[in-house]
Amino acid sequence: MLQINRVTKQFGGIKAVDDLSFRVKKGSIHSIIGPNGAGKTTLVNMITGVYKVDSGTIFLDGADITNISTDKLVYRGICRTFQNLEICENLTVLENVLLGFDKYMDKSLLKSCFRAKSIQVDEARYKQRALHLLGLIGLEKLADQKAENLSYGILKKLEIVRALGTSPELILLDEPVAGLNPKETQEVSNLIKTVVADEVTIILVEHDMKMVMQISDYITVMNFGKKLAQGTPEQIANNEDVIRAYLGSGVVC
Amino acid sequence: MLKRYNINRDILTLSAILIIVPFFFQNDFYYEIAIVSLLNSLICIGLNMLMGYAGQVSLGHGAFAGLGGYIAVILGSKYGITPLFSIFIAVITMAIFAFIISKPILRLKGHYLAMATLGVGIIISIVLNVEDELTGGSDGMSVDSFTVFGYEFNSSLQWYVLCAILLVFTIWMFTNLINSPFGRVLRSIEGSEKAANSVGINVSHYKSIVFVLSVVIATIAGSLYAFFSGFISPSEASFSHSIELVVMVVLGGLGRIYGAIIGAVILTILPQLLTSFEDYQTLIYGAIIIFVMIFMPKGIASVYEDLKGRLFASNK
Repeated sequence: MLQINRVTKQFGGIKAVDDLSFRVKKGSIHSIIGPNGAGKTTLVNMITGVYKVDSGTIFLDGADITNISTDKLVYRGICRTFQNLEICENLTVLENVLLGFDKYMDKSLLKSCFRAKSIQVDEARYKQRALHLLGLIGLEKLADQKAENLSYGILKKLEIVRALGTSPELILLDEPVAGLNPKETQEVSNLIKTVVADEVTIILVEHDMKMVMQISDYITVMNFGKKLAQGTPEQIANNEDVIRAYLGSGVVC
Repeated sequence: MLKRYNINRDILTLSAILIIVPFFFQNDFYYEIAIVSLLNSLICIGLNMLMGYAGQVSLGHGAFAGLGGYIAVILGSKYGITPLFSIFIAVITMAIFAFIISKPILRLKGHYLAMATLGVGIIISIVLNVEDELTGGSDGMSVDSFTVFGYEFNSSLQWYVLCAILLVFTIWMFTNLINSPFGRVLRSIEGSEKAANSVGINVSHYKSIVFVLSVVIATIAGSLYAFFSGFISPSEASFSHSIELVVMVVLGGLGRIYGAIIGAVILTILPQLLTSFEDYQTLIYGAIIIFVMIFMPKGIASVYEDLKGRLFASNK
């Protein structure tokens, strides 16, 4: 589905992502792991058009999507969440989820100013769908709460649900369980599994190894911007290069 | 019917106040202050949409209103175009102007955006002062009377009715807009541009639209003010007028639908109430603003909304 060909991104003298290539299979959970500073978030930012790639190409289902801006990619079925929570705290929980449906909504000025019937009808319909999505994470009761009043863990889940509103074919989750407790982590894992069952492909950037090993179909390991290894969770768990990158080279001082 | 057209209690209250208040006016001066309050309210509604909802600061709206007024006035006096049509042309011109400058300026954020709008405002103010052949320079210029299809506006009551209707209509449209998906997009830009972008919203496009809208409203109010007072001078476009408008919005309540009106009315009337203090007028004016901001940091409208919320809660 997604094909990344030799992409490179340089910041000053540092190659954050260096000549990286891999493919993501449709309907799979593809994890990207690596030590801090390995270039994982940079990679996500390149796929979602936040950063321009220095060289290389990115293809989605055979179409070139290199350097297309984030908002346009949403219309091609790519959506993402953020490592550092990006939630509109001035909106309610429900409004945040409704924002996910934004690409389907009619926002013409005249119709909005004069309260066109069609907009009212659409809004009611999307409200039902948004409430349904909130139900997936058991948050219907908090629908009318301002997002700023809610805990970090809830907002992390809210971000994923908001992304689902865009009915994406590919979701990039940048550290979705960072800072969550084990129970919340399990809930996010379950949510991700439900999503994948609907034929959605997921790219997961995460440090929580237990979760990654549990739910991934395939893992790509990065270190210093390069691909260190790739394979199924079992292959990665037994890969010596990976163990060395995470735990040091084995030289005892 | 009220529900069908979304005419809520707040709009009815506003209309009632606007109808009742003139009965207490003792002379033309009261009308004058009321009309200026209404026109300032109009500009502040647009500015509130930009600052309070979309989160983009502008320190140039006084200048935009002034420039819009000048365009309408000059078209009328130099080229003999009827007032209504000259306001229309001024609106189109200012909309194009606002759209063009919005593209580079609204890429900036926070203080830098404030600086940029301040710069544009000051440039406009200087141009109006210097181009004296066209604008009459710092002396200003007199303005022909306002006529609509041959019907002349010469009494204060006529002006009051015109401005009051315009205000109610604007606030009705504004309420609809804010409660629509479009309004949600604006608020999401204030909340998190990254989040808005990640769900497919072209943030810079919406920033431009809301900026143009606010400038259009300022142009309408600015030109009406010029026709009403029969005179226009560069002080309408001055930096201090821009600041005054921002203070009105902040004091009234950023991001509150009626905040703009409350702020504009209070700050237009306040200096008149304080004239008896003579030399100390400005001092007291400043002190009142400081106290309001300390005790009502979210603006005066927020206090009203909190009260309403509490009454609502106690009813349950």
